Amino acid sequence: MSADLATYNFAYLDEQTKRMIRRAILKAIAIPGYQVPFASREMPMPYGWGTGGVQVTAAIIGPDDVLKVIDQGADDTTNAVSIRAFFQKVANVAVTTHTKDATIIQTRHRIPEQKLTEGQVLVYQVPIPEPLRFLEPRETETRKMHALEEYGLMHVKLYEDIAHNGRISKTYAYPVKVDGRYVMDPSPTPKFDNPKMHMSDALQLFGAGREKRIYAVPPHTEVVSLDFEDHPFEIQTFEQDCALCGAHGVYLDEVVLDDQGGRMFVCSDTDHCEDRREHGHVGEMLAPNQEAAE
Amino acid sequence: MSDNPLLKVSGVSKFYGSRIGCQDVSFDLWPGEVLAIVGESGSGKTTLLNCLSTRLMPSAGSVEYRMRDGNFRDLYHMSEAERRFLMRTDWGFVHQNPADGLRMTVSAGANVGERLMAVGDRHYGKIRETATDWLGRVEISADRIDDQPRAFSGGMRQRLQIARNLVTGPRLVFMDEPTGGLDVSVQARLLDLVRGLVNDLGLSAIVVTHDLAVARLLSHRMMVMKDGHVIEQGLTDRVLDDPREPYTQLLVSSILQV
Amino acid sequence: MYVAVKGGEAAITNAHALLADRRRGDRALPALTIEQIAEQLGLAVDRVMAEASLYDRSLAALAVRQSRGDLIEAIFLLRAYRTTLPRFGSSVPVDTAAMKVERRVSATYKDLPGGQLLGPTFDYTHRLLDPSLLTDEVIADPARKEASGEEMMRVSDILAHEGLIEPDGDLPDDHAAGDLTREPLEFPMGRDLRLQALARGDEGFLLALGYSTQRGYGRNHPFVGEIRIGEVEVEVDMPELGFPVSLGRIQLTECQMINQFKGSSIAPPQFTRGYGLVFGQSERKAMSMSLVDRALRAEELGEDITAPAQDEEFVISHSDNVQATGFVEHLKLPHYVDFQAELAMVRKMRADIEATRHGDTEMKDAAE
Repeated sequence: MSADLATYNFAYLDEQTKRMIRRAILKAIAIPGYQVPFASREMPMPYGWGTGGVQVTAAIIGPDDVLKVIDQGADDTTNAVSIRAFFQKVANVAVTTHTKDATIIQTRHRIPEQKLTEGQVLVYQVPIPEPLRFLEPRETETRKMHALEEYGLMHVKLYEDIAHNGRISKTYAYPVKVDGRYVMDPSPTPKFDNPKMHMSDALQLFGAGREKRIYAVPPHTEVVSLDFEDHPFEIQTFEQDCALCGAHGVYLDEVVLDDQGGRMFVCSDTDHCEDRREHGHVGEMLAPNQEAAE
Repeated sequence: MSDNPLLKVSGVSKFYGSRIGCQDVSFDLWPGEVLAIVGESGSGKTTLLNCLSTRLMPSAGSVEYRMRDGNFRDLYHMSEAERRFLMRTDWGFVHQNPADGLRMTVSAGANVGERLMAVGDRHYGKIRETATDWLGRVEISADRIDDQPRAFSGGMRQRLQIARNLVTGPRLVFMDEPTGGLDVSVQARLLDLVRGLVNDLGLSAIVVTHDLAVARLLSHRMMVMKDGHVIEQGLTDRVLDDPREPYTQLLVSSILQV
Repeated sequence: MYVAVKGGEAAITNAHALLADRRRGDRALPALTIEQIAEQLGLAVDRVMAEASLYDRSLAALAVRQSRGDLIEAIFLLRAYRTTLPRFGSSVPVDTAAMKVERRVSATYKDLPGGQLLGPTFDYTHRLLDPSLLTDEVIADPARKEASGEEMMRVSDILAHEGLIEPDGDLPDDHAAGDLTREPLEFPMGRDLRLQALARGDEGFLLALGYSTQRGYGRNHPFVGEIRIGEVEVEVDMPELGFPVSLGRIQLTECQMINQFKGSSIAPPQFTRGYGLVFGQSERKAMSMSLVDRALRAEELGEDITAPAQDEEFVISHSDNVQATGFVEHLKLPHYVDFQAELAMVRKMRADIEATRHGDTEMKDAAE
């Protein structure tokens, strides 16, 4: 057995596989929000850990691309590190932590705070692509519901929420209607991020490896969160600002400081936070130190 | 009211290999008319109901329905999308076991409101109001609106199923033994309710039953089935008071006199 | 002062180094060789090949070593490797009737042409831990016999001769077998794709489902018509040559299950079938597979679907252990962003309830 067990193509996947995935992507772009089945390959990382996103990225990445990978909004979480290292190894492509410098951003569970521009592609990692899955476990039935635009059941769920909780209680993976036709699961991003998908200048691609589905939202497409007229969709708000950079109106992570309930809130989007601090913004955690230094 | 029937059934047959489910059934159903299909088990009445309501594909014959625009459409030359839409708006289907016609893990209000939401209603308050109104009409207390049918008695579940079916103002309702499995006193109350609603709303209905009393109370016309064939039909009162076929006479005379 | 956590990269590198250290273990002990694993832990290697859908004993043994004996991890490794291999064609269907048989048993006949051959089975061992295996005892040569040349006809063919068993599948002759690893999964499935899914399905899962059918969850009255284990030729068609060429031999386990007979208004009763085929010596898997195959044919055979083993979507969606472990274990990944959203919602709802209660108390006080 040779030391070189296998030779890998650029970005790991062979050209036929890339072609198959690209065809699925094109179909997905042509029918915004529709889940296109694809023959997901076994990848060197486990199903559920981003194989769908990785396959989409591998199919579209080229030698001149600049890749950013984030998980929970951060570049340095272990899985983001692992995926970024994978592409550096199999594609030898330039990588960055700066949103504005990236051409492809692969993400798990967050959309960057920085507005995306034309020419950028956001690749989402999706665990369960079917927004109706937990209401109707059968794939044969949900396929029909999408084909016939039978989304009554989705609204039944929202109705139930209001009846029992006084409000719609879905806080992430909040279902949206795309281009006025298909109901789509935006992946487990917090509903806070839903408005960012609407009329974006960037191309948004969604890959579910284990469930073998790809879907897409082309640039400048309507993405509307489901709601009732008298219970309109609302994003989360934070009372606090980021303790490090003072950012307001961004998604914050809660950090536990001690065992007496001490906590602080910091930007979930680490690049956004660093960028702000580089430009002189400070939050209350850093401000006293600055004063002390002066 | 139109001069045309609502439903035209022509030569409907269903075979299972060499076994006859039903054979050569033809009739017209008029707006506001209730037709009872009566027979014992194995008579083919449920098979026929399923063929008429597109739940089962007939082996022969045609079923034509007059759409709201006045045109007749052959139900089996429609796309599945159109059939399913019809099922949700213009038609109702009341199952013998209410659990088959309800979402048991979803509240009563959501059960009634689902069809409204399916056709695009998006105002929570109004949906809830309509649901409350319908619960009232089927004599379910308004404070049960957020309870699940799992917590309801058999009679209540059946009334909820009726509300769920009628909320979109259907023109034709199919009923499969609507009082089967209910206590006798509950049956009477339910039949009264159904008769009242059918009258008020001008519904057409096709009711399958083995119980002649149900036929008497609900229907204008009835068909008697035996071994897959319609052996007698006519105005309900006439058939029950003056049965012509020996089998019909047997059925009628078998009703226990208490 | 709080410093944003960094160092994920370093942590991963260190974790990998620790893993390699633990895998090797006590340096004073000799390292396992791939050959030892392939030879002496053959059934583990067989399972890895079967569920990875890749027949290569050395690679499977390497995977077993690399995974420290975690067979699902090994299966994952081998599957990932399989993805990188070019596909240059399909073989001719293997002919198990021409198998060089090492083991062949039938529960439906006491004796039959070719005989009952026990082979290297655990079946009649007494399950007592054997201290002689603590050291390297000399093992005597087993008894050998010349092949009798008698044909080992299939039990199913014996029954088919009298028309007693349903024909072997009814796909049209020009049907091209689907490929589960090259096509997206869609329901309902054809039997060919279903059998592929079962062949690479998790042994434990299929065992449990097969067991459930025997206990009444979709019972189909199974009898083992035949189990045979041995080597078959793998051949490919060579259009340029006009005849098939052998690529070599692989070991297979085949199970023909004979199930509940069934007739219809037009056909007299016949026994029905369940089928299992697995790489290597994997009897438990082949038998479980055949029980589940038969259960999943319920709809085709006009039977009521009442049990989990008969539910195609349920069985096939959850039979792949690499997918299953990926998704179960992904729960370890950070989910704190979504958890933050849930925290906020719960806090808000609790605050609302508190406010209402407070409001009620105030009103009550005001009223009094």
